[in-house]
Amino acid sequence: MSNIFLIVFGAVLTENFIFSRFYGICPFLGVSDKPSTALGMGMAVTFVMTVSSAATYCAYYLLLKPFGLEYLKTIAFILVIAALVQFIEMFLKKYAPSLYGALGIYLPLITTNCAVLGAALVNIQEQRSFIESVMFGASSALGFTMAICVFAGVRAKMEFSNPPKAFRGFPILLIAAALAAMAFSGFSGMKF
Amino acid sequence: MKSNVGKQFKDGVIANNPVFVQLLGMCPTLATTTAVVNALGMGAAVIVVLMFSNLFISLLRKIIPKQVRIASYIVIISGFVTAVELIIKAFFPSIDAALGLFIPLIVVNCIILARAEAFASKNRPMPSMIDGIATGAGFTFALVCVAFVRELLGTGKIFASADGTGGLSVFGGGYPGAPIFLLPAGAFLTLGFVIAAVQKIASVIDKRSQNKKTAEASETACGVARDLSYNEDEDT
Repeated sequence: MSNIFLIVFGAVLTENFIFSRFYGICPFLGVSDKPSTALGMGMAVTFVMTVSSAATYCAYYLLLKPFGLEYLKTIAFILVIAALVQFIEMFLKKYAPSLYGALGIYLPLITTNCAVLGAALVNIQEQRSFIESVMFGASSALGFTMAICVFAGVRAKMEFSNPPKAFRGFPILLIAAALAAMAFSGFSGMKF
Repeated sequence: MKSNVGKQFKDGVIANNPVFVQLLGMCPTLATTTAVVNALGMGAAVIVVLMFSNLFISLLRKIIPKQVRIASYIVIISGFVTAVELIIKAFFPSIDAALGLFIPLIVVNCIILARAEAFASKNRPMPSMIDGIATGAGFTFALVCVAFVRELLGTGKIFASADGTGGLSVFGGGYPGAPIFLLPAGAFLTLGFVIAAVQKIASVIDKRSQNKKTAEASETACGVARDLSYNEDEDT
């Protein structure tokens, strides 16, 4: 139990996917321009990452390991994730149109979100159990959602600022992200 | 043909640099730039993957059905990534330890998929392969720029090997190092400043060429005006 608590705490705060592991920077910078889109993306990622952590665990321990094909895990995982995203998209379209309307446009982007594949590979590397893997996937996606929502708020304020010309657009965003990362690195001092 | 290759390289490294101009592939740019050696290792891996994936996608471009092209590209790319991963694990264990999971994560690097979709799926094999090398070189160049600043300010040394030994001491032994540059916050900060510098340089170059143009334009305008006034004089 305490192990799971540590995994959740670590994934959300100390080892936050965005600010300390650098997984999923592209959507973090790409779709954080409005808090509402940031929340939509975060929810879509949370949904996919939770399911994909379970699916990749099964694929690795039920399919690859018994046949000694561990070295094919990258190919297998990306295929599982791509198929899963497609499947979730079709499922939501048919059975939960309102949820599809909210998350639909973000789903195709998630296949190439390195956070999803990253979480799957970290789970295998750390040799986590099934429950731990799913908890890790869900909680690191929550950490991602938190980071992207906080940053969307910061960006909304920054719309009205007037940085030097060379810093306009992308560079000033990165510097704001650096300040946020500094705050998050404070958590890394917390060891249990 | 030769000038074409030169143009492709100029495009990939400078005019359309994947990191500085297109802002793609940010995750490895931030994560693997703690040392120049790591950046070079990552860059080399990406060049190899990009070269072969572009070549094979271009060869197969008439066979792959349009509806499943993205999935097919990902399978081709992940095959090469796995090969590169195994080679690095076997021959460069220190680089493998430093880069960690970012080698398998090349699969989801948007630069590679972007080049496959935008270039290799429409062009012949040879130019596609050169495009892969050129774009990969641009990516490596950007990584090395960021890593140079981070390693220099973070440790005071440059070109240290992946396990932190060796290297050229630039500021002398008394420099205590600024570890913030090796932390995630320093990665964001350095990349922000490097891209700002690139934008500044680009705008200066832009202005210079524009000044030249406006100077020429005003000259011709003056000429036209002179002609007009001359004609008017003649009329009166």
